[in-house]
Amino acid sequence: MNFKDRDIVSIKNLTEDEILHILDVAEGMIPVAQGKKESDLLKGKIMASLFFEPSTRTRLSFEAAMKRLGGDVIGFARPGATSLQKGESLADTIRTAESYCDVIVMRHPQEGSARMAAKFASVPIINGGDGAGHHPTQCLLDLFTIRKEKRNIGKIKVALLGDLKYGRTVHSLAYALALFKAEMVFIAPEQLQMPPEVVEECRGMGANISFETDLENAICNADVLYVTRIQKERFPDPEEYNKVVGIYKIDNKMLENAKDNMIVMHPLPRIYEIDPEVDGTKYASYFRQAFNGVPVRMALISLVLGGIK
Amino acid sequence: MKELKIQPIKNGTVIDHITPGCSFKVLNILKIPENVGDSIISAVMNLESKSGKKDIVKIENRELKASEVDKIALIAPNATINIIRNYEVAEKHRVVVPDEIVGIVKCANPNCISNSKEPIKPRFVVKSREPLRIKCFYCERELEDISSGMMW
Repeated sequence: MNFKDRDIVSIKNLTEDEILHILDVAEGMIPVAQGKKESDLLKGKIMASLFFEPSTRTRLSFEAAMKRLGGDVIGFARPGATSLQKGESLADTIRTAESYCDVIVMRHPQEGSARMAAKFASVPIINGGDGAGHHPTQCLLDLFTIRKEKRNIGKIKVALLGDLKYGRTVHSLAYALALFKAEMVFIAPEQLQMPPEVVEECRGMGANISFETDLENAICNADVLYVTRIQKERFPDPEEYNKVVGIYKIDNKMLENAKDNMIVMHPLPRIYEIDPEVDGTKYASYFRQAFNGVPVRMALISLVLGGIK
Repeated sequence: MKELKIQPIKNGTVIDHITPGCSFKVLNILKIPENVGDSIISAVMNLESKSGKKDIVKIENRELKASEVDKIALIAPNATINIIRNYEVAEKHRVVVPDEIVGIVKCANPNCISNSKEPIKPRFVVKSREPLRIKCFYCERELEDISSGMMW
């Protein structure tokens, strides 16, 4: 298994064994991620953090990951402060940035941007989200959270709720869960249901998939409830949005019949879809999930830079 | 005597076994009628043949360029190209859909990086050959209507 100098553009570029190896390495990174142990594993290495689009968790956790391992970070959080503003191409920006660093983490609003960057850069590219395309590190931290809290990834039932059509995290996650043979239930308003090609691909991999309209029924049978944000801009009619948002809101009452050890996950940011009253319950795993981004990204950066095999 | 629906040509190209209904798209690829010169062009649609219905296009006094044949392959993957010289078939070959299609069709996703001002050509990989399904190398979106993405 060789990760050194590899680009991480999509979860589909990783095998089941490679994913498990990343999760194992991440497990060992937890004390460093928590600041309980110091590390200079990546001392002298520089990560360029190129965020052409807003981000809270992905950017901060990548930067924290690099710094916890003794490395340095350069980059920008808004394209406004760069020569892109003067009309420079992304390809040229990447070719310039790669000469200043050892690894590039990027988020860009256009699909395929990370794959294109990988063509131009000789340093590894880690995709931090390309438009509605891929977000492989989110998927890895989701899998890490599931494995950590449920003890395995495969023999569980995961209910995916919310915007399954446009949400990039759920497409990658559905693929990865299919790879591990987890059972999946999709719950979404008709106009935001999982795209048929994703369903077809997952079923082709042998995944057991069902669709559910009754949210409470889906919750009481699930081991993991993965909630995503319903985006207002996807609805031409605000009335329709308001109806849907009301139906798909998770609160304590909704969770009354949930399995005792069920967990609620969310890639965050959440807006209305999980009531803050859920935060204090045993079900809420989303802030632990957000923390898990640090050890998982530490593992990935270390692997592609050859700090760890 | 069997009546010919279409006259033989002395010199030129016969594109046979075109997917029924696609001969107009083939003519579009060849920039016909703008780029006709002194050629006589005949097109027959929905002709009955041993292997089912097909379209045929005959172009006098013109042999096709490789780039034109590559485009035709995407519209009519079962087509055959017959080069006619002095009423004889001098060359005959089937069109071949390559594993990767570069710079021929554009991605239909407006938010794909290949549709921005980057120094890259649109690039597609073949998902299946029968029926022909291709997906963008960059954004991975499948191109539903290949002819609509053609860079004429």
